[in-house]
Amino acid sequence: MTLTATQAKPAPALLPRAGGLRGALSDLFWRKPKLLLLLMLLPPVLWLGIVYIGSLFALLLQSFFSIDEFSGLINRQFTLKTYGDLLQAANLDIILRTVTMAALVTLASAIIAFPIAYYAARYARGRWKALFYLGIMLPLWSSYLVKIYAWKLILAKEGILTWLLAKLHLLWLLDGWLSLPIVGGNSLSVSPTGTFIVFVYVWLPFMILPVQAALERVPGNLVEASSDLGASPGQTFRNVLFPLALPGIVAGSIFTFSLTLGDYIIPQIIGTSRLFIGQAVYSQQGTAGNIPLAAAFTVVPIVIMGFYLWGAKRMGAFDAL
Amino acid sequence: MRSDGSPSAPLGLKIAAACGLLFLHLPILLIFIYAFTTEEKSFVWPPPGLTTQWFAVTWNRPDVWQALSLSVRVAAISTLVALVLGTLCAAAVSRTQFFGRETISLLVILPIALPGIITGIALRSAFSLAEIPFSFWTIVLGHATFCVVVVYNNAVARFRRTSGSMIEASMDLGADGFQTFRYVVLPNIATALLAGGMLAFALSFDEVIVTTFTAGQQQTLPIWMLEELIRPRQRPVTNVVAMVVVLVTLLPILLAYYLTRDGDQIAGSGK
Repeated sequence: MTLTATQAKPAPALLPRAGGLRGALSDLFWRKPKLLLLLMLLPPVLWLGIVYIGSLFALLLQSFFSIDEFSGLINRQFTLKTYGDLLQAANLDIILRTVTMAALVTLASAIIAFPIAYYAARYARGRWKALFYLGIMLPLWSSYLVKIYAWKLILAKEGILTWLLAKLHLLWLLDGWLSLPIVGGNSLSVSPTGTFIVFVYVWLPFMILPVQAALERVPGNLVEASSDLGASPGQTFRNVLFPLALPGIVAGSIFTFSLTLGDYIIPQIIGTSRLFIGQAVYSQQGTAGNIPLAAAFTVVPIVIMGFYLWGAKRMGAFDAL
Repeated sequence: MRSDGSPSAPLGLKIAAACGLLFLHLPILLIFIYAFTTEEKSFVWPPPGLTTQWFAVTWNRPDVWQALSLSVRVAAISTLVALVLGTLCAAAVSRTQFFGRETISLLVILPIALPGIITGIALRSAFSLAEIPFSFWTIVLGHATFCVVVVYNNAVARFRRTSGSMIEASMDLGADGFQTFRYVVLPNIATALLAGGMLAFALSFDEVIVTTFTAGQQQTLPIWMLEELIRPRQRPVTNVVAMVVVLVTLLPILLAYYLTRDGDQIAGSGK
Protein backbone atom coordinates (compact mmCIF):
# COMPACT_ATOMS: atom_id res chain seq x y z
CA MET A 1 0.00 0.00 0.00
CA THR A 2 2.16 2.78 -1.29
CA LEU A 3 -0.59 5.33 -1.91
CA THR A 4 -0.21 8.71 -0.37
CA ALA A 5 -2.63 8.35 2.44
CA THR A 6 -3.19 12.01 3.22
CA GLN A 7 -5.97 12.95 0.81
CA ALA A 8 -8.22 10.06 1.79
CA LYS A 9 -11.50 11.93 1.33
CA PRO A 10 -13.51 9.24 -0.47
CA ALA A 11 -15.33 9.91 -3.71
CA PRO A 12 -19.05 8.99 -3.81
CA ALA A 13 -19.17 5.47 -2.47
CA LEU A 14 -20.53 2.52 -4.37
CA LEU A 15 -21.51 0.90 -1.11
CA PRO A 16 -23.36 2.93 1.49
CA ARG A 17 -20.78 4.49 3.72
CA ALA A 18 -21.13 3.68 7.37
CA GLY A 19 -20.84 6.66 9.67
CA GLY A 20 -20.37 6.83 13.39
CA LEU A 21 -17.99 4.62 15.28
CA ARG A 22 -17.42 2.15 12.46
CA GLY A 23 -16.46 4.83 9.98
CA ALA A 24 -14.21 6.49 12.53
CA LEU A 25 -12.46 3.21 13.27
CA SER A 26 -12.01 2.47 9.59
CA ASP A 27 -10.48 5.89 9.02
CA LEU A 28 -8.21 5.46 12.01
CA PHE A 29 -6.89 2.14 10.69
CA TRP A 30 -6.35 3.66 7.28
CA ARG A 31 -4.31 6.51 8.68
CA LYS A 32 -2.37 4.34 11.10
CA PRO A 33 -1.69 0.96 9.48
CA LYS A 34 0.75 0.19 12.29
CA LEU A 35 -2.08 0.32 14.77
CA LEU A 36 -4.12 -2.12 12.69
CA LEU A 37 -1.11 -4.40 12.41
CA LEU A 38 -0.62 -4.30 16.14
CA LEU A 39 -4.27 -5.10 16.79
CA MET A 40 -4.14 -8.00 14.33
CA LEU A 41 -1.02 -9.45 15.86
CA LEU A 42 -2.01 -8.96 19.46
CA PRO A 43 -4.43 -11.92 19.88
CA PRO A 44 -2.27 -14.64 18.25
CA VAL A 45 0.93 -13.39 19.85
CA LEU A 46 -0.68 -13.11 23.26
CA TRP A 47 -2.17 -16.60 22.94
CA LEU A 48 0.99 -18.31 21.73
CA GLY A 49 3.25 -16.19 23.88
CA ILE A 50 1.39 -16.71 27.12
CA VAL A 51 -0.05 -20.18 26.67
CA TYR A 52 2.82 -21.79 24.79
CA ILE A 53 6.07 -19.93 25.39
CA GLY A 54 5.00 -19.25 28.97
CA SER A 55 4.45 -22.96 29.57
CA LEU A 56 7.74 -23.89 27.94
CA PHE A 57 9.49 -21.39 30.14
CA ALA A 58 7.76 -22.73 33.24
CA LEU A 59 8.88 -26.21 32.25
CA LEU A 60 12.46 -25.13 31.78
CA LEU A 61 12.34 -23.40 35.15
CA GLN A 62 11.18 -26.57 36.86
CA SER A 63 14.14 -28.54 35.53
CA PHE A 64 16.26 -26.40 37.86
CA PHE A 65 14.18 -27.41 40.89
CA SER A 66 14.81 -30.68 42.63
CA ILE A 67 12.72 -33.31 44.32
CA ASP A 68 13.06 -34.17 47.98
CA GLU A 69 13.69 -37.91 47.99
CA PHE A 70 12.02 -38.52 51.36
CA SER A 71 8.87 -36.46 51.16
CA GLY A 72 8.51 -36.56 47.36
CA LEU A 73 7.81 -32.83 47.41
CA ILE A 74 9.29 -30.43 44.93
CA ASN A 75 11.95 -28.19 46.41
CA ARG A 76 11.67 -24.83 44.66
CA GLN A 77 15.27 -23.75 44.90
CA PHE A 78 17.71 -23.31 42.08
CA THR A 79 19.94 -26.37 41.72
CA LEU A 80 21.67 -28.41 39.03
CA LYS A 81 21.08 -31.64 40.97
CA THR A 82 18.34 -32.78 38.58
CA TYR A 83 20.68 -32.49 35.62
CA GLY A 84 23.16 -34.56 37.61
CA ASP A 85 20.46 -37.23 37.99
CA LEU A 86 19.85 -37.09 34.26
CA LEU A 87 23.43 -38.18 33.62
CA GLN A 88 23.06 -41.48 35.48
CA ALA A 89 23.96 -44.54 33.42
CA ALA A 90 20.34 -45.77 33.20
CA ASN A 91 19.15 -42.44 31.84
CA LEU A 92 22.02 -42.09 29.39
CA ASP A 93 21.09 -45.54 28.18
CA ILE A 94 17.54 -44.32 27.45
CA ILE A 95 18.84 -41.29 25.59
CA LEU A 96 21.26 -43.36 23.53
CA ARG A 97 18.57 -45.92 22.67
CA THR A 98 16.17 -43.20 21.53
CA VAL A 99 18.72 -41.37 19.42
CA THR A 100 19.85 -44.61 17.74
CA MET A 101 16.25 -45.51 16.96
CA ALA A 102 15.59 -42.02 15.58
CA ALA A 103 18.64 -42.25 13.33
CA LEU A 104 17.72 -45.70 12.01
CA VAL A 105 14.10 -44.69 11.42
CA THR A 106 15.27 -41.60 9.53
CA LEU A 107 17.59 -43.65 7.35
CA ALA A 108 14.96 -46.28 6.55
CA SER A 109 12.29 -43.64 5.80
CA ALA A 110 14.67 -41.88 3.41
CA ILE A 111 15.34 -45.13 1.53
CA ILE A 112 11.66 -46.08 1.23
CA ALA A 113 10.55 -42.51 0.51
CA PHE A 114 12.95 -41.82 -2.35
CA PRO A 115 11.43 -44.04 -5.08
CA ILE A 116 7.89 -42.85 -4.25
CA ALA A 117 8.95 -39.21 -4.24
CA TYR A 118 10.99 -39.59 -7.41
CA TYR A 119 8.22 -41.32 -9.30
CA ALA A 120 5.65 -38.76 -8.15
CA ALA A 121 7.92 -35.84 -9.05
CA ARG A 122 9.21 -37.01 -12.43
CA TYR A 123 6.89 -39.54 -14.00
CA ALA A 124 3.42 -39.05 -12.52
CA ARG A 125 1.26 -36.66 -14.58
CA GLY A 126 -2.30 -35.41 -14.43
CA ARG A 127 -4.61 -37.92 -12.80
CA TRP A 128 -1.72 -40.02 -11.52
CA LYS A 129 -0.13 -37.00 -9.93
CA ALA A 130 -3.31 -36.28 -7.96
CA LEU A 131 -3.54 -39.94 -7.03
CA PHE A 132 0.02 -39.93 -5.70
CA TYR A 133 -0.64 -36.74 -3.79
CA LEU A 134 -3.70 -38.19 -2.10
CA GLY A 135 -1.90 -41.51 -1.68
CA ILE A 136 0.64 -39.74 0.50
CA MET A 137 -1.76 -37.31 2.17
CA LEU A 138 -4.35 -39.83 3.31
CA PRO A 139 -1.96 -42.00 5.35
CA LEU A 140 -0.33 -38.84 6.68
CA TRP A 141 -3.63 -37.56 8.03
CA SER A 142 -5.17 -40.88 9.07
CA SER A 143 -5.54 -41.30 12.76
CA TYR A 144 -2.21 -41.89 14.47
CA LEU A 145 -3.67 -44.38 16.93
CA VAL A 146 -5.52 -46.30 14.25
CA LYS A 147 -2.26 -46.70 12.35
CA ILE A 148 -0.55 -48.08 15.44
CA TYR A 149 -3.53 -50.33 16.06
CA ALA A 150 -3.34 -51.66 12.51
CA TRP A 151 0.25 -52.69 13.16
CA LYS A 152 -0.70 -54.36 16.40
CA LEU A 153 -3.05 -56.49 14.30
CA ILE A 154 -0.37 -57.19 11.70
CA LEU A 155 2.50 -57.97 14.04
CA ALA A 156 0.53 -60.06 16.56
CA LYS A 157 1.72 -63.64 16.90
CA GLU A 158 -1.55 -64.93 15.43
CA GLY A 159 -1.70 -62.06 12.93
CA ILE A 160 -1.46 -61.71 9.18
CA LEU A 161 2.33 -61.47 8.94
CA THR A 162 2.96 -64.80 10.66
CA TRP A 163 0.22 -66.32 8.52
CA LEU A 164 1.78 -64.98 5.34
CA LEU A 165 5.27 -66.18 6.25
CA ALA A 166 3.88 -69.62 7.13
CA LYS A 167 2.23 -69.81 3.70
CA LEU A 168 5.55 -68.90 2.09
CA HIS A 169 7.41 -71.43 4.29
CA LEU A 170 9.55 -68.62 5.65
CA LEU A 171 8.71 -68.94 9.36
CA TRP A 172 12.28 -70.03 10.09
CA LEU A 173 13.40 -66.58 8.94
CA LEU A 174 11.09 -64.82 11.41
CA ASP A 175 12.05 -67.16 14.25
CA GLY A 176 15.71 -66.72 13.46
CA TRP A 177 15.37 -62.93 13.49
CA LEU A 178 13.38 -62.93 16.73
CA SER A 179 15.99 -65.06 18.46
CA LEU A 180 18.69 -62.47 17.75
CA PRO A 181 19.77 -60.62 20.89
CA ILE A 182 19.14 -56.86 20.60
CA VAL A 183 16.46 -56.68 17.89
CA GLY A 184 14.46 -59.82 18.78
CA GLY A 185 11.77 -60.70 21.29
CA ASN A 186 8.92 -63.09 21.93
CA SER A 187 6.98 -61.89 18.93
CA LEU A 188 7.33 -58.96 16.55
CA SER A 189 4.80 -56.91 18.50
CA VAL A 190 7.00 -56.93 21.61
CA SER A 191 10.37 -56.53 19.90
CA PRO A 192 12.46 -53.47 19.02
CA THR A 193 12.09 -54.53 15.37
CA GLY A 194 8.33 -54.02 15.70
CA THR A 195 8.84 -50.57 17.24
CA PHE A 196 11.15 -49.69 14.37
CA ILE A 197 8.69 -50.82 11.68
CA VAL A 198 5.83 -48.84 13.20
CA PHE A 199 7.96 -45.70 13.58
CA VAL A 200 8.98 -45.93 9.92
CA TYR A 201 5.39 -46.48 8.85
CA VAL A 202 3.93 -43.62 10.84
CA TRP A 203 6.53 -40.99 9.90
CA LEU A 204 7.17 -42.04 6.27
CA PRO A 205 4.80 -39.48 4.66
CA PHE A 206 6.65 -36.68 6.47
CA MET A 207 9.77 -37.76 4.59
CA ILE A 208 8.14 -38.24 1.18
CA LEU A 209 6.67 -34.73 0.91
CA PRO A 210 9.86 -32.64 1.26
CA VAL A 211 11.90 -35.08 -0.87
CA GLN A 212 9.25 -34.84 -3.56
CA ALA A 213 9.28 -31.05 -3.31
CA ALA A 214 13.07 -31.05 -3.77
CA LEU A 215 12.92 -33.46 -6.71
CA GLU A 216 10.17 -31.44 -8.44
CA ARG A 217 12.76 -28.69 -8.89
CA VAL A 218 15.23 -30.96 -10.70
CA PRO A 219 14.70 -30.46 -14.44
CA GLY A 220 14.19 -33.76 -16.25
CA ASN A 221 16.74 -32.93 -18.93
CA LEU A 222 19.45 -32.68 -16.30
CA VAL A 223 19.07 -36.40 -15.68
CA GLU A 224 19.00 -37.06 -19.41
CA ALA A 225 22.09 -34.95 -19.98
CA SER A 226 23.89 -37.01 -17.38
CA SER A 227 23.06 -40.26 -19.15
CA ASP A 228 23.80 -38.74 -22.58
CA LEU A 229 27.24 -37.96 -21.27
CA GLY A 230 27.70 -41.62 -20.51
CA ALA A 231 26.87 -41.91 -16.81
CA SER A 232 25.31 -45.17 -15.68
CA PRO A 233 22.01 -44.87 -13.75
CA GLY A 234 23.94 -45.46 -10.55
CA GLN A 235 26.36 -42.66 -11.34
CA THR A 236 23.53 -40.32 -12.27
CA PHE A 237 21.87 -41.04 -8.96
CA ARG A 238 25.06 -40.52 -6.94
CA ASN A 239 26.34 -37.42 -8.69
CA VAL A 240 23.20 -35.63 -9.90
CA LEU A 241 19.97 -36.71 -8.24
CA PHE A 242 21.13 -37.41 -4.71
CA PRO A 243 22.98 -34.11 -4.14
CA LEU A 244 19.97 -32.19 -5.45
CA ALA A 245 17.54 -34.19 -3.32
CA LEU A 246 19.66 -33.91 -0.18
CA PRO A 247 18.12 -30.67 1.17
CA GLY A 248 14.71 -32.36 0.88
CA ILE A 249 15.94 -35.45 2.67
CA VAL A 250 17.39 -33.32 5.45
CA ALA A 251 14.12 -31.39 5.70
CA GLY A 252 12.20 -34.66 5.98
CA SER A 253 14.64 -36.00 8.51
CA ILE A 254 13.83 -33.06 10.78
CA PHE A 255 10.33 -34.51 11.12
CA THR A 256 11.24 -38.19 11.35
CA PHE A 257 14.02 -37.48 13.84
CA SER A 258 12.12 -35.07 16.03
CA LEU A 259 8.92 -37.09 16.05
CA THR A 260 10.75 -40.29 17.00
CA LEU A 261 12.63 -38.51 19.77
CA GLY A 262 9.45 -37.30 21.40
CA ASP A 263 7.07 -40.20 20.87
CA TYR A 264 6.03 -42.28 23.85
CA ILE A 265 2.96 -44.10 22.59
CA ILE A 266 4.44 -46.32 19.87
CA PRO A 267 7.14 -47.93 22.04
CA GLN A 268 4.59 -48.35 24.81
CA ILE A 269 2.13 -50.27 22.64
CA ILE A 270 4.52 -52.07 20.31
CA GLY A 271 7.86 -52.75 21.90
CA THR A 272 9.76 -53.98 24.88
CA SER A 273 9.75 -52.69 28.43
CA ARG A 274 12.97 -50.79 27.79
CA LEU A 275 12.13 -47.08 27.87
CA PHE A 276 12.47 -44.31 25.30
CA ILE A 277 12.86 -40.62 26.19
CA GLY A 278 9.16 -39.93 25.78
CA GLN A 279 8.20 -42.80 28.06
CA ALA A 280 10.76 -41.69 30.64
CA VAL A 281 9.24 -38.18 30.63
CA TYR A 282 5.76 -39.60 30.94
CA SER A 283 6.53 -41.96 33.80
CA GLN A 284 8.63 -39.40 35.66
CA GLN A 285 5.88 -36.81 35.65
CA GLY A 286 3.05 -39.29 36.16
CA THR A 287 3.68 -42.24 38.43
CA ALA A 288 6.98 -41.01 39.88
CA GLY A 289 5.74 -37.44 40.32
CA ASN A 290 9.24 -36.17 39.63
CA ILE A 291 8.43 -33.18 37.43
CA PRO A 292 11.93 -31.66 37.66
CA LEU A 293 13.54 -34.79 36.20
CA ALA A 294 10.79 -35.07 33.57
CA ALA A 295 11.47 -31.44 32.63
CA ALA A 296 15.21 -32.07 32.43
CA PHE A 297 14.50 -35.05 30.18
CA THR A 298 12.51 -32.88 27.75
CA VAL A 299 15.49 -30.56 27.47
CA VAL A 300 17.40 -33.41 25.79
CA PRO A 301 15.28 -33.55 22.59
CA ILE A 302 15.07 -29.74 22.54
CA VAL A 303 18.87 -29.45 22.61
CA ILE A 304 19.37 -32.25 20.06
CA MET A 305 16.79 -30.71 17.74
CA GLY A 306 18.37 -27.29 18.22
CA PHE A 307 21.69 -28.58 16.89
CA TYR A 308 19.92 -30.57 14.21
CA LEU A 309 17.97 -27.55 12.96
CA TRP A 310 21.11 -25.44 13.01
CA GLY A 311 22.91 -28.00 10.84
CA ALA A 312 19.90 -28.39 8.56
CA LYS A 313 19.67 -24.65 8.05
CA ARG A 314 23.31 -24.55 6.98
CA MET A 315 22.55 -27.24 4.39
CA GLY A 316 19.69 -25.17 3.00
CA ALA A 317 17.03 -27.63 4.08
CA PHE A 318 14.48 -24.95 4.95
CA ASP A 319 14.09 -23.93 1.33
CA ALA A 320 12.84 -27.45 0.64
CA LEU A 321 10.09 -27.33 3.26
CA MET B 1 16.36 -29.28 -27.24
CA ARG B 2 14.23 -30.03 -24.23
CA SER B 3 12.76 -33.48 -24.17
CA ASP B 4 10.20 -32.96 -21.47
CA GLY B 5 7.64 -35.50 -22.57
CA SER B 6 6.66 -38.28 -20.22
CA PRO B 7 9.30 -40.94 -20.55
CA SER B 8 8.24 -44.14 -18.93
CA ALA B 9 9.89 -45.02 -15.66
CA PRO B 10 12.37 -47.84 -15.23
CA LEU B 11 10.71 -51.02 -14.01
CA GLY B 12 12.68 -51.10 -10.77
CA LEU B 13 11.50 -47.62 -9.85
CA LYS B 14 7.89 -48.51 -10.63
CA ILE B 15 8.05 -51.57 -8.41
CA ALA B 16 9.74 -49.70 -5.55
CA ALA B 17 7.20 -46.86 -5.70
CA ALA B 18 4.27 -49.28 -5.87
CA CYS B 19 5.59 -51.29 -2.93
CA GLY B 20 6.05 -48.08 -0.94
CA LEU B 21 2.47 -47.01 -1.58
CA LEU B 22 1.15 -50.46 -0.71
CA PHE B 23 3.14 -50.34 2.52
CA LEU B 24 1.37 -47.06 3.31
CA HIS B 25 -2.14 -48.23 2.52
CA LEU B 26 -2.54 -51.95 3.23
CA PRO B 27 -2.41 -51.61 7.03
CA ILE B 28 -5.30 -49.15 6.97
CA LEU B 29 -7.37 -51.41 4.72
CA LEU B 30 -6.79 -54.25 7.14
CA ILE B 31 -8.70 -52.27 9.79
CA PHE B 32 -11.81 -52.47 7.61
CA ILE B 33 -11.68 -56.27 7.49
CA TYR B 34 -11.07 -56.65 11.20
CA ALA B 35 -14.17 -54.56 11.95
CA PHE B 36 -16.26 -57.49 10.65
CA THR B 37 -14.45 -60.39 12.27
CA THR B 38 -16.29 -62.81 14.55
CA GLU B 39 -13.20 -63.41 16.67
CA GLU B 40 -13.37 -61.73 20.08
CA LYS B 41 -10.27 -62.68 21.99
CA SER B 42 -7.35 -62.43 19.61
CA PHE B 43 -6.17 -60.77 16.40
CA VAL B 44 -6.21 -64.07 14.47
CA TRP B 45 -5.85 -63.96 10.69
CA PRO B 46 -7.67 -64.95 8.56
CA PRO B 47 -10.87 -64.02 10.42
CA PRO B 48 -12.83 -67.18 11.29
CA GLY B 49 -16.07 -65.55 10.14
CA LEU B 50 -17.62 -62.22 9.21
CA THR B 51 -20.42 -60.46 11.06
CA THR B 52 -21.93 -57.00 11.42
CA GLN B 53 -23.07 -57.48 15.00
CA TRP B 54 -20.21 -55.39 16.44
CA PHE B 55 -21.60 -52.28 14.82
CA ALA B 56 -24.77 -52.70 16.85
CA VAL B 57 -22.78 -53.43 20.01
CA THR B 58 -20.67 -50.32 19.48
CA TRP B 59 -23.75 -48.21 18.77
CA ASN B 60 -25.11 -49.09 22.21
CA ARG B 61 -21.97 -48.25 24.14
CA PRO B 62 -22.45 -45.00 26.10
CA ASP B 63 -18.71 -44.59 26.79
CA VAL B 64 -17.97 -44.47 23.04
CA TRP B 65 -20.66 -41.84 22.51
CA GLN B 66 -19.41 -39.72 25.40
CA ALA B 67 -15.84 -39.83 24.12
CA LEU B 68 -17.00 -39.01 20.60
CA SER B 69 -19.09 -36.07 21.76
CA LEU B 70 -16.23 -34.64 23.84
CA SER B 71 -13.86 -34.99 20.88
CA VAL B 72 -16.25 -33.23 18.51
CA ARG B 73 -16.90 -30.37 20.92
CA VAL B 74 -13.19 -29.87 21.63
CA ALA B 75 -12.33 -30.00 17.93
CA ALA B 76 -15.09 -27.52 17.04
CA ILE B 77 -14.07 -24.91 19.62
CA SER B 78 -10.33 -25.36 18.95
CA THR B 79 -10.91 -24.97 15.22
CA LEU B 80 -12.86 -21.77 15.83
CA VAL B 81 -10.09 -20.29 17.99
CA ALA B 82 -7.43 -21.42 15.51
CA LEU B 83 -9.36 -19.88 12.60
CA VAL B 84 -9.47 -16.46 14.26
CA LEU B 85 -5.87 -16.47 15.48
CA GLY B 86 -4.41 -18.08 12.35
CA THR B 87 -6.17 -15.70 9.96
CA LEU B 88 -5.16 -12.61 11.92
CA CYS B 89 -1.58 -13.80 12.02
CA ALA B 90 -1.48 -14.69 8.32
CA ALA B 91 -3.02 -11.36 7.32
CA ALA B 92 -0.50 -9.43 9.37
CA VAL B 93 2.49 -11.42 8.15
CA SER B 94 1.63 -11.46 4.46
CA ARG B 95 0.44 -7.86 4.05
CA THR B 96 3.27 -6.00 5.62
CA GLN B 97 6.96 -6.09 6.33
CA PHE B 98 7.70 -5.45 9.95
CA PHE B 99 10.34 -6.07 12.49
CA GLY B 100 10.10 -9.56 13.99
CA ARG B 101 8.08 -11.02 11.13
CA GLU B 102 10.24 -14.16 10.99
CA THR B 103 9.88 -14.57 14.73
CA ILE B 104 6.10 -14.58 14.42
CA SER B 105 6.22 -17.36 11.80
CA LEU B 106 8.52 -19.35 14.04
CA LEU B 107 6.23 -18.79 17.02
CA VAL B 108 3.28 -20.19 15.08
CA ILE B 109 5.18 -23.22 13.78
CA LEU B 110 6.95 -24.09 17.02
CA PRO B 111 4.06 -25.96 18.72
CA ILE B 112 4.02 -28.42 15.84
CA ALA B 113 7.79 -28.58 15.30
CA LEU B 114 8.65 -29.55 18.85
CA PRO B 115 7.59 -33.07 19.90
CA GLY B 116 4.05 -33.18 21.26
CA ILE B 117 5.21 -34.52 24.57
CA ILE B 118 7.06 -31.25 25.24
CA THR B 119 3.98 -29.17 24.50
CA GLY B 120 1.97 -31.53 26.66
CA ILE B 121 4.16 -31.57 29.71
CA ALA B 122 4.84 -27.83 29.43
CA LEU B 123 1.10 -27.10 29.52
CA ARG B 124 0.54 -29.56 32.34
CA SER B 125 3.26 -28.11 34.52
CA ALA B 126 1.97 -24.62 33.78
CA PHE B 127 -1.55 -25.68 34.83
CA SER B 128 -0.22 -27.18 38.03
CA LEU B 129 1.91 -24.11 38.79
CA ALA B 130 -1.06 -21.84 38.20
CA GLU B 131 -3.37 -24.29 40.02
CA ILE B 132 -5.80 -24.53 37.13
CA PRO B 133 -7.92 -27.71 37.42
CA PHE B 134 -8.31 -29.91 34.34
CA SER B 135 -11.44 -29.18 32.36
CA PHE B 136 -12.89 -29.01 28.87
CA TRP B 137 -11.07 -25.70 28.44
CA THR B 138 -7.63 -27.03 29.33
CA ILE B 139 -7.95 -29.51 26.44
CA VAL B 140 -9.09 -26.73 24.10
CA LEU B 141 -6.19 -24.54 25.18
CA GLY B 142 -3.69 -27.19 24.09
CA HIS B 143 -5.45 -28.13 20.86
CA ALA B 144 -6.00 -24.56 19.65
CA THR B 145 -2.31 -23.83 20.17
CA PHE B 146 -1.12 -26.39 17.65
CA CYS B 147 -4.12 -25.99 15.31
CA VAL B 148 -3.24 -22.34 14.60
CA VAL B 149 -0.39 -23.42 12.32
CA VAL B 150 -2.60 -25.34 9.86
CA VAL B 151 -4.99 -22.43 9.38
CA TYR B 152 -2.03 -20.07 9.19
CA ASN B 153 -0.30 -22.13 6.48
CA ASN B 154 -3.40 -22.26 4.29
CA ALA B 155 -4.28 -18.62 4.79
CA VAL B 156 -0.72 -17.37 4.13
CA ALA B 157 -0.59 -19.32 0.87
CA ARG B 158 -3.87 -17.78 -0.27
CA PHE B 159 -2.96 -14.25 0.77
CA ARG B 160 0.20 -14.59 -1.28
CA ARG B 161 -1.89 -15.34 -4.37
CA THR B 162 -4.46 -12.60 -3.79
CA SER B 163 -3.20 -9.41 -5.27
CA GLY B 164 -3.05 -6.36 -3.07
CA SER B 165 -4.35 -4.13 -5.83
CA MET B 166 -7.85 -5.53 -5.33
CA ILE B 167 -7.90 -4.19 -1.82
CA GLU B 168 -6.60 -0.84 -3.01
CA ALA B 169 -9.26 -0.77 -5.73
CA SER B 170 -11.94 -1.44 -3.15
CA MET B 171 -10.66 1.37 -0.98
CA ASP B 172 -10.44 3.71 -3.97
CA LEU B 173 -14.05 2.97 -4.76
CA GLY B 174 -14.94 4.18 -1.31
CA ALA B 175 -15.37 1.07 0.74
CA ASP B 176 -14.21 1.40 4.31
CA GLY B 177 -11.87 -1.13 5.90
CA PHE B 178 -14.66 -3.33 7.21
CA GLN B 179 -16.52 -3.36 3.91
CA THR B 180 -13.32 -4.22 2.07
CA PHE B 181 -12.77 -7.11 4.45
CA ARG B 182 -16.35 -8.32 4.17
CA TYR B 183 -16.79 -8.00 0.38
CA VAL B 184 -13.27 -8.37 -1.04
CA VAL B 185 -10.89 -10.13 1.32
CA LEU B 186 -13.24 -12.68 2.86
CA PRO B 187 -14.63 -14.13 -0.40
CA ASN B 188 -11.06 -14.51 -1.63
CA ILE B 189 -9.75 -16.41 1.34
CA ALA B 190 -12.95 -18.27 2.23
CA THR B 191 -12.08 -21.63 0.68
CA ALA B 192 -8.55 -21.54 2.11
CA LEU B 193 -10.04 -20.88 5.54
CA LEU B 194 -12.53 -23.69 5.07
CA ALA B 195 -9.73 -26.07 4.11
CA GLY B 196 -7.54 -24.91 6.99
CA GLY B 197 -10.46 -25.23 9.37
CA MET B 198 -11.18 -28.79 8.26
CA LEU B 199 -7.56 -29.82 8.63
CA ALA B 200 -7.45 -28.19 12.05
CA PHE B 201 -10.59 -30.12 12.98
CA ALA B 202 -9.03 -33.40 11.80
CA LEU B 203 -5.82 -32.63 13.67
CA SER B 204 -7.62 -31.86 16.91
CA PHE B 205 -10.02 -34.79 16.54
CA ASP B 206 -7.09 -37.17 16.28
CA GLU B 207 -4.64 -35.66 18.77
CA VAL B 208 -3.65 -37.88 21.66
CA ILE B 209 -0.19 -36.99 22.98
CA VAL B 210 -0.89 -33.45 24.18
CA THR B 211 -4.37 -34.49 25.29
CA THR B 212 -3.07 -37.12 27.71
CA PHE B 213 -1.42 -34.29 29.61
CA THR B 214 -4.28 -31.79 29.57
CA ALA B 215 -7.40 -33.93 29.91
CA GLY B 216 -7.18 -35.23 33.48
CA GLN B 217 -9.89 -37.87 33.82
CA GLN B 218 -11.85 -36.87 30.73
CA GLN B 219 -11.87 -39.17 27.73
CA THR B 220 -11.69 -37.94 24.17
CA LEU B 221 -12.07 -40.58 21.49
CA PRO B 222 -8.29 -40.99 20.94
CA ILE B 223 -7.78 -41.32 24.70
CA TRP B 224 -10.52 -43.96 24.76
CA MET B 225 -8.69 -45.83 22.00
CA LEU B 226 -5.37 -45.52 23.78
CA GLU B 227 -6.93 -47.07 26.88
CA GLU B 228 -8.23 -49.94 24.78
CA LEU B 229 -4.82 -50.44 23.20
CA ILE B 230 -3.09 -50.66 26.57
CA ARG B 231 -5.81 -52.55 28.44
CA PRO B 232 -8.13 -54.18 25.87
CA ARG B 233 -11.65 -54.75 27.18
CA GLN B 234 -13.69 -55.61 24.09
CA ARG B 235 -11.50 -55.88 21.02
CA PRO B 236 -14.27 -55.99 18.36
CA VAL B 237 -15.64 -52.66 19.61
CA THR B 238 -12.17 -51.15 19.21
CA ASN B 239 -12.02 -52.51 15.66
CA VAL B 240 -15.30 -50.84 14.77
CA VAL B 241 -14.32 -47.53 16.38
CA ALA B 242 -10.99 -47.61 14.52
CA MET B 243 -12.79 -48.07 11.21
CA VAL B 244 -15.22 -45.24 11.93
CA VAL B 245 -12.34 -42.94 12.91
CA VAL B 246 -10.60 -43.67 9.59
CA LEU B 247 -13.76 -42.77 7.68
CA VAL B 248 -14.45 -39.64 9.75
CA THR B 249 -10.94 -38.23 9.25
CA LEU B 250 -10.90 -39.18 5.56
CA LEU B 251 -13.74 -36.83 4.60
CA PRO B 252 -12.28 -33.52 5.81
CA ILE B 253 -8.94 -34.36 4.15
CA LEU B 254 -10.54 -35.08 0.79
CA LEU B 255 -12.69 -31.94 1.03
CA ALA B 256 -9.71 -29.81 2.00
CA TYR B 257 -7.83 -31.21 -0.97
CA TYR B 258 -10.58 -30.31 -3.42
CA LEU B 259 -10.90 -26.82 -1.97
CA THR B 260 -7.22 -25.94 -2.37
CA ARG B 261 -6.03 -28.09 -5.26
CA ASP B 262 -5.74 -25.35 -7.87
CA GLY B 263 -2.42 -23.84 -6.98
CA ASP B 264 -1.49 -23.86 -3.36
CA GLN B 265 -0.27 -27.28 -2.42
CA ILE B 266 -0.08 -26.26 1.17
CA ALA B 267 -3.13 -28.04 2.49
CA GLY B 268 -1.47 -30.69 4.55
CA SER B 269 2.20 -30.01 4.39
CA GLY B 270 3.74 -30.23 7.79
CA LYS B 271 1.03 -31.68 9.96
